[in-house]
Amino acid sequence: MRRHLLSAADLDLGDATLILDTAEQIDTALAGREVKKLPTLRGRTVVNLFFEDSTRTRISFELAAKRLSADVINFAAKGSSVSKGESLKDTALTLEAMGADAIVCRHSASGAPHRLAEWVQGSVINAGDGTHEHPTQALLDAYTIRRRLGRLDAVRVTIVGDVLHSRVARSNVVLLDTLGAQVTLVAPPTLLPVGVESWPAEVSYDLDAVLPKADVVMMLRVQQERMNASYFPSVREYSRRYGLDARRMATLPDEAIVMHPGPMNRGMEIAAEVADSVRSTIVEQVSNGLSVRMAVLYLLLGGAHMPDGAVA
Amino acid sequence: MRAAQKPLQPEALSGRTILDSTAIARIIDRIAHEIIEPAGDEHLPALTLLGIPTRGGPLAHRLARRIEVFIERPDAGIAIGSVDITLYRDDLRSRGLRPLAPTVIPDGGIDGRHVVLVDDVLYSGRTVRAALDALREVGRPRVVQLAVLVDRGHRELPIRADYVGKNLPTSAREQVRVRLTEIDGTDEVVVL
Repeated sequence: MRRHLLSAADLDLGDATLILDTAEQIDTALAGREVKKLPTLRGRTVVNLFFEDSTRTRISFELAAKRLSADVINFAAKGSSVSKGESLKDTALTLEAMGADAIVCRHSASGAPHRLAEWVQGSVINAGDGTHEHPTQALLDAYTIRRRLGRLDAVRVTIVGDVLHSRVARSNVVLLDTLGAQVTLVAPPTLLPVGVESWPAEVSYDLDAVLPKADVVMMLRVQQERMNASYFPSVREYSRRYGLDARRMATLPDEAIVMHPGPMNRGMEIAAEVADSVRSTIVEQVSNGLSVRMAVLYLLLGGAHMPDGAVA
Repeated sequence: MRAAQKPLQPEALSGRTILDSTAIARIIDRIAHEIIEPAGDEHLPALTLLGIPTRGGPLAHRLARRIEVFIERPDAGIAIGSVDITLYRDDLRSRGLRPLAPTVIPDGGIDGRHVVLVDDVLYSGRTVRAALDALREVGRPRVVQLAVLVDRGHRELPIRADYVGKNLPTSAREQVRVRLTEIDGTDEVVVL
């Protein structure tokens, strides 16, 4: 493991598998326990540095750090000196001077955590940067698939929707490819990024043709807050062509699962009855996120600091 | 799973062999008897053997099997599990990262049980302390005991074993290497 977790591409097969295995061990160690707390990171400080709104990721990281007995500081840009014009660098150096061992960073600018990692001594974990990457989401998705289907190798994963704005899709394509899964992206042409043909994934525009061959369907949220142009004619048309409703779900193979990183637009990319069906792993993904983030924090902060790339 | 990938033909270690497979089998038998005797038949159903990974695991299984043979009740229902102490270590910062091993608490938990922690080597006592910390989070056993294959001295904490396979005075510079068939393909204890 390196010192930081900035991109899913930082992880080779060994690293990724180590994180998933560690999450599984933590899960079994805590299963059925009344006191779900471990003393592992006592005395370490984790800062949640969130420049962008978030519910589940911030709470998940906070809870993960607390379960490992680290001290957690939540920093939201709103209400801080950032609104007085303090730069990212000065904010980071301030946090470092206060003794942060790890900074969990979410930022609306792609690449912000990479810059941050150049300035601070501690570990930086990318909790979502702009439309770039969200590696812990990809890890928890991979973990969820592995738990449900028992494997990742040769699993056929279909990622549907707003790929253009989705850091979840980017991280997932890279990580799932590393782990041996086969990814197919389905989206209207306007919602596919330039250069998508160089990604390790197939591309299709026809959801109905792909579903019967999918082990996993991952629905993406349509990110209207990042859309400053019209990418599709109307919500109804998008929903009809790329939304997952009960009729489409019925064409999936028997064992297939339906995932969504949340937050959902119920009725748009995913119908309520699909989101609440037994195939849906949406709630599981949230609880798995906690175990995966505990594993990441343990692996980045647990040991003595070693040169990049070394694992004891 | 991982054990299966290890070579089945272990290479010989250049050191003093302290225990061979016969001696290890004899020790397991003796400790099994020692556990049975004071517990008495009626208390044995409350027995839970928890191995400390890596090599405490197979030792706990062997002990349980022998106990069942000696009391002539293969269905005595002795609970077996494992408790990984990595996340409870106090030396993580100085020793670097280690991968986690499975923690398996038997169904029914450990509340009110007679727990015997099983490990291969007792040295500083820090592993056992960490295991006690881990147990406290899981439940409240009636009694916790410790069984080790080798006690090599050099304790750094006020901890002792209830069942000792062999007392082995060593110098701190020496290494005690325990190998077990389930993991290493052979049974032996060697001092390097």
